[in-house]
Amino acid sequence: MSTPNGWEIVIGLEIHAQLSTKSKIFSGSPTAYGSAPNSQANLVDLAYPGVLPVLNGEAVRMAVKFGLAVDATIATRSVFARKNYFYPDLPKGYQISQYELPVVAKGHMDIVLDDGTKKRIGITRAHLEEDAGKSLHEGLPKQSGIDLNRAGTPLIEIVSEPDMRSAKEAVAYLKKVHTLVRYLEICDGNMQEGSFRCDANVSVRKAGAEKLGTRAEIKNINSFRYVEKAIHYEVARQIDVIESGGKVVQETRLYDPDKGETRSMRSKEEANDYRYFPDPDLLPVEIDAAYIASVKATLPELPDQKAARFAAQFGLSEYDAGVLTSSKELAAYFEEVAKLLAGGKEPSREQAKLAANWVAGSLAAALNEHNLEITGSRIGAAGLAGLLGRIADNTISGKIAKDVFEAMWAEGKDADAIIESKGLRQITDTGAIEKAIDEVMAKNPGQLADYRSGKDKLFGFFVGQVMKATGGKANPAQLNDLLKKKLAG
Amino acid sequence: MHTLTLSELAKKLRAKEFSVTELTKSLLARIEASQPSLNSFITVTAESALAQAKAAEATLASGNAGPLTGLPLAHKDIFCTKGVKTSCGSKMLDNFVSPYDATVVEKLGAAGMVTLGKTNMDEFAMGSSNETSYYGPVKNPWDLGLVPGGSSGGSAAAVAARIAPIATATDTGGSIRQPASLCGVTGIKPTYGRVSRYGMIAFASSLDQGGVISQSAEDAAMVLGAMSGFDTRDSTSVDTPVPNYVESLNAPLTGLRIGLIKEFFEKGLDASVEKLIREALKVYEKLGAKLIEVKLPALPLSVPTYYVVAPAECSSNLARFDGVRYGYRAKDPKDLMDLYKRSRGEGFGAEVKRRIMTGTYVLSAGYYDAYYLKAQRVRQLINQDFKRAFQEVDVLMGPTAPDVAFGIGAKASDPIQMYLNDIYTIGANLAGVPAMSIPCGFVRDLPVGLQIAGPHFAEAKLLNVAHAYQKETDWHRQIPAAFKKEVL
Repeated sequence: MSTPNGWEIVIGLEIHAQLSTKSKIFSGSPTAYGSAPNSQANLVDLAYPGVLPVLNGEAVRMAVKFGLAVDATIATRSVFARKNYFYPDLPKGYQISQYELPVVAKGHMDIVLDDGTKKRIGITRAHLEEDAGKSLHEGLPKQSGIDLNRAGTPLIEIVSEPDMRSAKEAVAYLKKVHTLVRYLEICDGNMQEGSFRCDANVSVRKAGAEKLGTRAEIKNINSFRYVEKAIHYEVARQIDVIESGGKVVQETRLYDPDKGETRSMRSKEEANDYRYFPDPDLLPVEIDAAYIASVKATLPELPDQKAARFAAQFGLSEYDAGVLTSSKELAAYFEEVAKLLAGGKEPSREQAKLAANWVAGSLAAALNEHNLEITGSRIGAAGLAGLLGRIADNTISGKIAKDVFEAMWAEGKDADAIIESKGLRQITDTGAIEKAIDEVMAKNPGQLADYRSGKDKLFGFFVGQVMKATGGKANPAQLNDLLKKKLAG
Repeated sequence: MHTLTLSELAKKLRAKEFSVTELTKSLLARIEASQPSLNSFITVTAESALAQAKAAEATLASGNAGPLTGLPLAHKDIFCTKGVKTSCGSKMLDNFVSPYDATVVEKLGAAGMVTLGKTNMDEFAMGSSNETSYYGPVKNPWDLGLVPGGSSGGSAAAVAARIAPIATATDTGGSIRQPASLCGVTGIKPTYGRVSRYGMIAFASSLDQGGVISQSAEDAAMVLGAMSGFDTRDSTSVDTPVPNYVESLNAPLTGLRIGLIKEFFEKGLDASVEKLIREALKVYEKLGAKLIEVKLPALPLSVPTYYVVAPAECSSNLARFDGVRYGYRAKDPKDLMDLYKRSRGEGFGAEVKRRIMTGTYVLSAGYYDAYYLKAQRVRQLINQDFKRAFQEVDVLMGPTAPDVAFGIGAKASDPIQMYLNDIYTIGANLAGVPAMSIPCGFVRDLPVGLQIAGPHFAEAKLLNVAHAYQKETDWHRQIPAAFKKEVL
């Protein structure tokens, strides 16, 4: 996709996902978030003299799981390397990472573009590394505090090819990776707490140019919205620099969400020389086919597989299937609603579609409005299925159901209780509907005459009047039939 | 009692000829008396030693004692000891009291040994003369004007002066064997991975290996067995059973194939040292061994290879000493950079800084391939040389050091001359094979060491070969004149 004035945007992402292991990658300290500073840092995390790292096998298993899920090559031999630099939140003076031989190489992920077509984003590699600690500046005048609770938390860094051509594509890819790591249960995906964050490599070039432009790396962005905004800002900045005769310099930039801009952190010349070399304290990680097979056996149904199944099994649109599979929990909720609606049996396509419409529609909107995940929904799967059951058996109309849904959300009661207490049961008694029609006709002789003289459009007027008279409870199909007969005289 | 070897002490303690407390007190007195002249200790743990002695006596009385119960030892100050200053010979860690025990310290403590204190060493084990210690040089007990070798100079001098019956030590490029040679004692560097490195302050992680300096191969066998073994806290320790080194000490040497490294006898070796080595080889021939000349063509490259690999690893290993969490911290830092620069600038000595800078350089972008990567390739070649040699012979023998002990200050201003002292020892570290040094005579009244190396995990064979020689000779029983008296 090109921008209007002939520029092409090129984006690659480096995603850092914290692996949800119980203990750290090279020490036995717990990884739980939010504990008192330095209460989860042992001698290894504090880099005491003489201590040694010991690899947590669970971190490797999770990385392999990710690799298999993106159809990547799992390295039979990968090596931990030291990335050397001084910083107070890096106690050893080096970060243990993987450099030349990462555990995962050459995978891919498909995203759906606006026009519905699929685009494949290459994943260059994914490697294991340890997170650093945090510097604390608040409440410490003229001093900085260091919290090493996070130091040594396992990370998987997922590096994409520069395959994205717009901020939208970048966000779509980031969201898919986010969904995937949560499906795999290898990362909690919590972006506020920094469990899932990314660096964006952004450059521009004239449309059709072969050579990539000079890139800037925007560091540590921790929300989907910021990724989009930061890229937009950065693209505009780079185009502006070039169009006014300047050159983009290779540098690291920071996104400031308050000002909505990126600013320079350090240039290439100022960049650290990390002096990578294989860590002599750790043996190479050797992975054989049997191990890979054992990890493969634990893979859940992946988002794309689930979406394809929903489309095939229930006839859902690709869009609905995509929305419903955007989290494992949402997909499970939908399937549960559909199944309950079918009385515990295999749901019909109609039943599945009804469930899909409501889960992806009203429910998703309510969750969104209250900033809740599906797991925090105030209406459980059984509750929603109860409501949909009343639509299916004609107790209420779809329109009334929306009101019942809102009441359920607000009051926490089930659908039947609300229908009863508010008297929302649909009127299906022919006599009652006819009586209401007669009254409306009697009250509106002028309109009746006009209708009968050919103004067909007035049919809607009469439907509205009868609905009003019945409190919206008249069965719409019955009302239609009866009204047509009566108006015809 | 001070003239007794560890195995003799064990027997006499059991025969109740003296108590553990008596033995401990006697040695503590010798340490104290020798300290002004010898300077072999950084910390003496008299109080805890006497408490450990009491506990050992109770264990001995209960009948639950192991072979090492009540036997005193000293630890090189590179091993972390809980509640005790662990300085690594550096100003940087002068104020560092370790909150934990190294695996070696833990194991020997559990075996009932009594820790007398922590021995002096070259700063962060970087040196071949013990002159780089923040605590001043250790003197050679045979001539107080000479160096004891390094970096385990304190351990070697203490055992040579019989102020500690045995001491732990570490060897990255010869730091056990070279001082053992210069002080006339027995030292063994086991196979890389045989002894856990957990709690042993790292210099060069892929080369560092803990071992012992003792009066005899028999003593070394007793303690090495107890300190060896797989450790879940050290990923590079090897999960291979530890044989009983004492049981195999007396195996006959008939048919033993001894390889002589041709390259070691070609140049740079002192003629009188060579003469003693040749005489020692004759003893082995008498015991039924055959001498075979072998070539290890890549071995002469070991010194330059080592001085790329070791500084590279050291530059990274020593990055943690930044003045932030423990150790020396510069006063009134202006900012973070100032804190780093002055803490490290003031806390490290000249030799440590030289190696950090060398290591930083060889790992830099643009130099990595030319230095570090190339050194790793040469290391592979040296490894293959040893492998090939051990297909033809059972052990390799030659000199430990090119000459006897030199004067304090003689080589201090010339790092290259100093580095060449380890020319015969570094190969074993690069290849990870076990090697030891045993006394084989005197040149100009100074001890000379015979080096014996073997294939990976051949410690039992090395100790057996060394013990056979020590049954035929009494070089290892010689005591420097100034330290012969019981009360110094």
